[in-house]
Amino acid sequence: MARVEVAVVIKSEILDPQGKAILGALGRTGHPGITQVRQGKHFDLEVDDSVTDEELEVIASSLLANPVIETWEIRRLPS
Amino acid sequence: MTSSVNTGARIGVITFPGTLDDVDAARAVRYTGAEAVPLWHADDSLQGVDAVIVPGGFSYGDYLRAGAISAHATIMRTVIDEARKGLPVLGICNGFQILTEAGLLPGVVMRNSGLKFKCRDQWLRVENTNTVWTSRYEPGAEILVPLKNAEGRYVALPETVAELEGEGRVLFRYVGDQPRQGNPNGSLNDIAGICSADGRVAALMPHPEHAIDALTGPTDDGLGMFLSLVDSLLKV
Repeated sequence: MARVEVAVVIKSEILDPQGKAILGALGRTGHPGITQVRQGKHFDLEVDDSVTDEELEVIASSLLANPVIETWEIRRLPS
Repeated sequence: MTSSVNTGARIGVITFPGTLDDVDAARAVRYTGAEAVPLWHADDSLQGVDAVIVPGGFSYGDYLRAGAISAHATIMRTVIDEARKGLPVLGICNGFQILTEAGLLPGVVMRNSGLKFKCRDQWLRVENTNTVWTSRYEPGAEILVPLKNAEGRYVALPETVAELEGEGRVLFRYVGDQPRQGNPNGSLNDIAGICSADGRVAALMPHPEHAIDALTGPTDDGLGMFLSLVDSLLKV
């Protein structure tokens, strides 16, 4: 068994209205130094030893993320 | 009912967990004189229907991304196979999101630029009247149908949008003056609906099935989509 993290974020060229709303809130709450926010998703997967890196890539690109609008990063964590 | 004539056409309407507008889609089908066939997301059979409607709602609660989980439903594998062989498929609202996530139509439908849920009667221009879903409309016709969503902003790569525009695959565009009409959500090129290269797979965010009778909707402008389809099925 191992833990895998998948981080998904909207591509920089795609408008992220939720990130913009968060940025606005940060400005209003005394954090004017933050210049950009992009909201994403974080997945923690518990995987057994049969799951290869290639399979994780398929999972990320076909379901967890939509390649048209999002990028992703897969990280295996030491168990 | 406006029609009691049974045309013999059978049109499937899929229900996923969280689908809302399957009842109105089936009603729109019956208004044309066709038979509405209920289809269930977990089945793999389309029961021999002549066309499929993927209706609106919040399937799987919009978890992950709107339409993402439904796009992998058992029935969608059959829909994808049959659509590639020419089965007419219409996605409405959440159905549009499902068809893009399933790869049957290009691009993605994302959160509205203003982050608000928009609910209003919306003017659209019919941009292509040569498809099985729009042949009943006059070229350039403007129609008024309900729109209700928080994730209706059409996004695609610039080359994809150029291809859609160049091939006449922008089926519907938002029209009218802001703030009460026009583009409600930041959709690229004011796109409200698109179709496949052969025009047989189509989708739009507004709801033609809610505008089939002036008694229950703003107009009966939406009925033309369902009548267009039945025309094409009867011609075959």
